Amino acid sequence: MRYIQEELVMKRMNKRLISNKLWKFIFIVATSFALISLGMLLYRILTQGLGFLDISFITNFASRIPESAGIKAALVGSLWLMSVVAPVSIILGVSTALYLEEYAKQNKLNDFIRINISNLAGVPSIVFGLLGLTIFVRLFGFDKSILAAGLTMSLLILPVIIVAAQEAIRAVPNEQREASYGMGATKWQTIVRVVLPAAIPGILTGSILALSRAIGETAPLVVIGIPVILQFLPTGYLDTFTALPMQIFDWAKRPQEAFQHVASAGIIVLMVFLLTMNSIAIFIRNKFQKRY
Amino acid sequence: MALKQQEQVNVQQLIERSRNRKGKKVIEKIVPFGLFLAATISVLTTFGIVFTLIFETFEFFTRVSITDYLFGTEWLPFSSKEPLYGILPLIFGTFKITLIAIIVAVPFGLGAAIYLSEYASEGVRKIIKPILEVLAGVPTIIYGFFALSFITPILQTVIPDLKIFNAISPGIVVGVMIIPMITSMSEDAMSSVPRSIREGALGLGATKFEVAVKVVLPAALSGIVASVVLGISRAIGETMIVSLAGGSTPKFDFVFTDSIQTMTAYIVQVTTGDAGYGTTIYYSIYAVGFTLFIFTLAMNLLATYISKRFREEY
Repeated sequence: MRYIQEELVMKRMNKRLISNKLWKFIFIVATSFALISLGMLLYRILTQGLGFLDISFITNFASRIPESAGIKAALVGSLWLMSVVAPVSIILGVSTALYLEEYAKQNKLNDFIRINISNLAGVPSIVFGLLGLTIFVRLFGFDKSILAAGLTMSLLILPVIIVAAQEAIRAVPNEQREASYGMGATKWQTIVRVVLPAAIPGILTGSILALSRAIGETAPLVVIGIPVILQFLPTGYLDTFTALPMQIFDWAKRPQEAFQHVASAGIIVLMVFLLTMNSIAIFIRNKFQKRY
Repeated sequence: MALKQQEQVNVQQLIERSRNRKGKKVIEKIVPFGLFLAATISVLTTFGIVFTLIFETFEFFTRVSITDYLFGTEWLPFSSKEPLYGILPLIFGTFKITLIAIIVAVPFGLGAAIYLSEYASEGVRKIIKPILEVLAGVPTIIYGFFALSFITPILQTVIPDLKIFNAISPGIVVGVMIIPMITSMSEDAMSSVPRSIREGALGLGATKFEVAVKVVLPAALSGIVASVVLGISRAIGETMIVSLAGGSTPKFDFVFTDSIQTMTAYIVQVTTGDAGYGTTIYYSIYAVGFTLFIFTLAMNLLATYISKRFREEY
């Protein structure tokens, strides 16, 4: 008795094999769509902007004339901004992660903190801008300063840093902590001398990636009301300033053709900035990350 | 000899001495408290967001009736005669962008996820995943510029009556922006389906494609749906792409080729202009921001619920 009708199977098999091949091809096309998009984006911006990129573009202030427009104020402003965001967000983020991973007991309050952090990560950046506008700009009276923008950005990237630091701290094996306790160290001594040194590469990598998000973030700065055409550099944290993405936003909005090139040149500067930070993060990850 | 001059102590005494050292005890008590305070900052941030939005929105509703806001079909805040604050046109703008973004992102993102998890070799994955990470790290302002100066002119050659500002071009680019997120989350979900299940299906004579679609995809469905819902949330909250390439004309219709305005783009329009503090327009950005916040929060909670409730455990 024949259980399998070979002819029928063969007839169907052909179709199935063809559809298998066809779909594999479709999936490859789907994958390359993202890659091609990135390639087009880079190609477009490089061809448009490279011709405009020279030393005077870096050293000039913004201008209404495209030929003499420069990015100095924005570049310096972004560095000032980072000098607020980096310490504030990393200190708060690592402290929160240490609390959650090393001290927090399993109770309702700590569960609430955890859920809260994951929800905060999904809040649109423009809403953080509204928070910054109300609390830092108006309530605290910082006005449109580096401090107000820096604190807003810090809160925006805080959830990202907390999650990265939590993962890095969790990756330190418990045996190391127990060895430290066994030698008579207290909890804090263990954290400072054993856990943190082992977790620092992971924390740094995550933090740098989060900071590079803060550099490119535009919406909160727009809402806070950062100006775009500035002819001077800030001298203190309560001074007003402008930043790279703000400047690019302003140029991109202008209808004149020439400003499209200026915007592209600005984007190249921003991309170089981001690429440098990402390379540092990848370098730290590969060089110092220990696997237990 | 140096050693002999040191006072002779045994371990017992050392422990005793270290116990009595006061500073250490204080530090051990203060540190957890200090860290807890840092942890409360993130909670305070949430409260800060919710309360500022509620208070300022409340102020807005003392000036504009809540039914006009929720059901009004015209958004004309800058009209000097009779400003109208009906949120529906802005919601329609956001909806148009989200719809196009999802139409672009789901097939391409999911296709890439299936390829990476079911077909690609380890070497190919090692090349493609970092590229997707780069794509995810591109600032949205760059995407916005790309949409306005590159995608729109190209689309105009295909669709003749496409305006400079429209919903299609920023929608496509928002879709490209959320592809990496959908791909990486869906791929994680599919990779966590155990090998043995795949091998069972292959052993029964299924082709690779049949395994992917009839076995892996259903098993990973909760993770995939959650990734799409999170993608929708990102598209709703996306700001710079839509304010650069979408325009600033709130419209209550289903036309995709004309200038539109989303909720986020309205907030940008007001804050880049010079609407004074205390005006109704100023308070309106909080009402719009609050509406936006509710939408994204609902999507995020839905994604968490789906991935928890419908997860297949192996």
